[in-house]
Amino acid sequence: MSVYTLPVSQVTDPSTPASERSTFLEKLHGWVVTVDHKRLGILYILYSTFFLLVAGAEALLIRIQLAYPHNHVLSAQVYNRFFTMHGTTMVFMVGMPFLFGFANYIVPLQIGARDMAFPRLNAFSFWLTAFGGFLLYYSFLGGAGLYGVGNAPDVGWFAYAPLTERSFSPGHATDYWALALIVSGFGTLGTAINIIATIVSMRCKGMTLMRMPLFTWLLLVVSMLTLVTITPLTAAQFMLLIDRYLGGHFFDTQAGGSSLIWIHFFWIFGHPEVYVLVLPAFAIANEIIPVFCRKAIFGYPAMVAASICIMFVSLSVWAHHMFTVGMTSVSNAFFTLSTMLVGVPTGIKIFNWIATLWGGRIRFTTPMLFCIGFLFQFLIAGLTGIMLSVSPWDWQLHNSYFVIAHFHYVLVGAIVFCIFAGIYYWYPKATGRLMNETLGKWHFWLFTIGFHITFDTMHFLGLLGMPRSIYTYQPDRGWNFLNLVVSVGGLIQGIAVLIFAYNFIVFYWRGEVAGDDPWDAWTLEWTISSPPPVYNFEEEPEVHSRRPLWDLKHPDDPDWEYES
Amino acid sequence: METRNVQRLIRRSSAGAWLLLTSPMLIAQGTTPSTLAPASTPAHQIFDLSVFVVAITGGIFLVVGGLLAVALYRFRARKNDSRGEPAQIYGSTQIELAWTVIPILIVVVLFLTTARIIFAIQDAPKPKTALDVTVVGHQFWWEFRYPKYGVVTANELHIPASSEAAPAATFLKLTSADVNHSLWIPQLAGKTDLIANHVNTMWMDPQKPGLYLGQCAQFCGSQHAMMLLRVYVDTPEQFNTWIRNQQHPAPQDSVVETGRTVFERQACMNCHTVSGTAATGRFGPDLTHLMSRATLASGATDNTPANLRQWIKSPDTFKRGALMPAMQLTDEQLDQVTAYLETLK
Repeated sequence: MSVYTLPVSQVTDPSTPASERSTFLEKLHGWVVTVDHKRLGILYILYSTFFLLVAGAEALLIRIQLAYPHNHVLSAQVYNRFFTMHGTTMVFMVGMPFLFGFANYIVPLQIGARDMAFPRLNAFSFWLTAFGGFLLYYSFLGGAGLYGVGNAPDVGWFAYAPLTERSFSPGHATDYWALALIVSGFGTLGTAINIIATIVSMRCKGMTLMRMPLFTWLLLVVSMLTLVTITPLTAAQFMLLIDRYLGGHFFDTQAGGSSLIWIHFFWIFGHPEVYVLVLPAFAIANEIIPVFCRKAIFGYPAMVAASICIMFVSLSVWAHHMFTVGMTSVSNAFFTLSTMLVGVPTGIKIFNWIATLWGGRIRFTTPMLFCIGFLFQFLIAGLTGIMLSVSPWDWQLHNSYFVIAHFHYVLVGAIVFCIFAGIYYWYPKATGRLMNETLGKWHFWLFTIGFHITFDTMHFLGLLGMPRSIYTYQPDRGWNFLNLVVSVGGLIQGIAVLIFAYNFIVFYWRGEVAGDDPWDAWTLEWTISSPPPVYNFEEEPEVHSRRPLWDLKHPDDPDWEYES
Repeated sequence: METRNVQRLIRRSSAGAWLLLTSPMLIAQGTTPSTLAPASTPAHQIFDLSVFVVAITGGIFLVVGGLLAVALYRFRARKNDSRGEPAQIYGSTQIELAWTVIPILIVVVLFLTTARIIFAIQDAPKPKTALDVTVVGHQFWWEFRYPKYGVVTANELHIPASSEAAPAATFLKLTSADVNHSLWIPQLAGKTDLIANHVNTMWMDPQKPGLYLGQCAQFCGSQHAMMLLRVYVDTPEQFNTWIRNQQHPAPQDSVVETGRTVFERQACMNCHTVSGTAATGRFGPDLTHLMSRATLASGATDNTPANLRQWIKSPDTFKRGALMPAMQLTDEQLDQVTAYLETLK
C-alpha cells in the first residue's frame, strides 16, 4: 500500500545513472501523494515556515505604520486587514502546523514505530490544513483584487460578533476567514486523532507510558486538548455562517442575538489554544535541555503530571479574556483564581528545568541558546500572566499593548523560540546536514535583542494607555518615542529571521554532514540514519528506560536501574 | 495588629515595585492617558493593587531568574571538565513538593487581595447623589445621555469633580447601538465593554478637575482608532453652568436661516438632532450644542470652522470609513450650513 509502489516516485540512490533518476515532476508528484509521516512532517514545517515569513512581513508593515503618529503607509482598512491576517496566520498557519510538523516527524521515531497509525488520514489532514491556509490567502486576490487587498478579512483574529454579521461586514471577507478556519480545523482534528492513536497503539516493545520521551507525552496531552478545543471554534464558525447566509440570529444582536455567546465560544477555544501551542514548545525544550546539559530531566513524573494538570486547568480559565464584558463579581473572582492556579503546574515545570540544568555541563549550542531564551522569556510571560489574571488590573490592561506584549512573550518568546530550537535540533536528522552554528548564533542574538526591544517596550505602552488594534494614534499621548522603539526592534527581528531563512535553505546543501547522532542524544530517533530510511527501523526496537541510547552508551550505568 | 504589620511590610517592599511601574511616566507627557497616574477611586484602588502584584511577581522573578542565571553560569561546560557525563539526578520528592506548595500559598495571598478589590469596585453601593449617565457606543462615536437633566451630547463627557465636602460619583450605564465597543479612560477607571442587548455599569469619582483622555478599547471596525473620548471633570459650578446651557434648545438665529434650510432639506436631519427644530435624527451625534465641543468626528480633528466645513464636504478627509456620507453640497450650501452650525453654541 505504500506510495513507493508507484513507478513515478521510486526511491533512487545517487549511484543510479542520471537517465534512471526521477525527474523534477516525478519528485514533486512523490511529495504530493506521499503518506510517509516524515515527508508530511517536512511539508508541515515548510508550509509553516513560508507562512511565518508572510506573517512576519505583515507584522513589519504594521510596525512601519505605527512607527510615527498619523502615519500614512497603510490606510485604516488595509491596516485592519493586516493585523487580522497576521494574527490568524500566526496561530492557525504557523503555530499549529509547525508543532504538528514536529509531532509528525518525531513522534513515530521516538516511539519506534514505522509510521503514524493512519498514514492516509495524515496526508488528508495536512492537505486540508494547507488548503485552509491557501483559501485564507486567496482572499487577498478575491473580490476587488490585490489593490486595497481584496477580500482579506478585517475583523480581528478574535472576530467579535456582531461586527462579523452581514450588516457590519458585507462582502466575503468574513466568509473567507470562517471557511478557512473550518477547513484547517478539520485538518487539525484529523491530525490530533492520528497522534493519539499512534501514541496509544504503536509504541515499541518496552515503551510503557511512563517510559515515553516527554516530547511524545506532551504531544499526547496536546492532541487530546486539541480535540476539545477546535470543536467549539468550528461550531461557532458554522453558527456564524448560518447567521450570515441562512437567517440565523445566534450573534445578530439587532435580531435579539447575543454577542457574548460568540465571545464565550471563541475563548473556550481561544484560551486552551494557547496551551495547544505552548505545550509542544515545552515538549521541544524537554528534549533539548537535558541533552545539552548532559543530564536526565529532573522529576519526569512531575513533568507529566504538571502537563496533564495544565490541560485540565486550561479548560476552566477562558473567561479571563472577558473580565471587561460585565460578568458578576463572583465570576470575575472565580476566573481570577482558576487563572492564577495555572501558575502552579507551570511553575513546577520551570523549577524542574532549572533543576535539570543544576549540576549539568551546559553546552551553549544554537538549539540550547534558543531554549535558554525560552526559559527567561517564559518566566516573564508567566508573571505578566499573573498580573493580567488580577481582574481589576485587567480592567486597565485588557486590550491594551500590555496584553499584546504578554501574549507575544508567550507566542514568540516561548513558542517561536522553541520552534527555532527544534528546527536547529532536528534539522540534521531530517536532512542529514547540520545548520551553520555561526549563523545560528547571529540569528539567536539578533532575534533575542530585537525581541526584547520590541516586546519589553510594548508593556509600557500598555501601561500608558495605548489600546490594541488601532491603525494610528494621536501625537499628544506620549506614545511616540516608545512606538518608534518597538518598530526598530521589529526590523531587527526581521533581519534575524532572514539570516535563519538563509541558513535553513543554503545549508541544506552546504551543511556539515551530521551522522546519526550529532548531539550525543538519548532518544530512539538518533539510533537510525540521518535522514531516516522510509521504513524508519529495520527491526522493532526494544527499550528498557526513558533514554534507550543512554543505556546503550553506558551499559555499566543504565537508566532503568534508577527510574521510578 | 499582626495583619497591620504585614501590610506595612508589604507596603515598604512595594516601594521598589512602585518605582519600576512609574518609571515610564518619565517619558510620558502631561496629556498621556496613563494607568499610572490614577485620578479617581477605582483607578487608585487598581493602581495600589498593581503595585502589590508587581512587588510579588518581581520578587518571584528575582528568585527564579536569579537561580536560572546562576545555574547557567556555574554549570557551563568547561575545557578542563573531566571526561564522561555529570552525575545523573532523576528527581527529589521533597524538593518538588516544596516548589508546589510555595506557589500555592502565593496564589492564595494574591487571590484574596484581588478578590477584595474586585468586590470593592464592582459592588460599590451607588450613593443617592450620584450622577447617572447613559453611554451608547456607535460606530465610531459616543453618545452620552443625562436622563435626569434631559441632556444628550456626544464624544465629550462632562462630569462633576468629587471632593470630601461634596462627594459626587458618576455612574455610567453602558450599551451599544451596533457592534461592541469599550469605554476606557485609564486615569479614571478600568475599561468596561459596551455590548448591544446588554447593559453594563461602571463608576468614577475624579477629585481633580481637568481634561482626561481615553478611547474605544474594543476593535469596532475601520475607524476604531478614531473613536476617541474626552472627559471633562468640571468643578460643581462649571458643571452646573454646562448642564444648564445644554438644556437650552438651539438658538434660532435668522441670519443663518438659509443654512438651517439646507440642513433640514438635505439628508442631514435624518441622522442628526438639533433640539427645538425639525431635525430629530438619531443615527448621528446630537448637534444642538455642537460648538460647546472642542473636537469633531469623535476627536478626529479640532472643532474649527474650516475643519467643520471640510468634514461636511468630505468626511473621508479626517476619518475614512466614518458612516457619515459626503452630501455633495455646493460650495455655497457648505458655507451656509457651516455658518448655521457655528451658531449652535
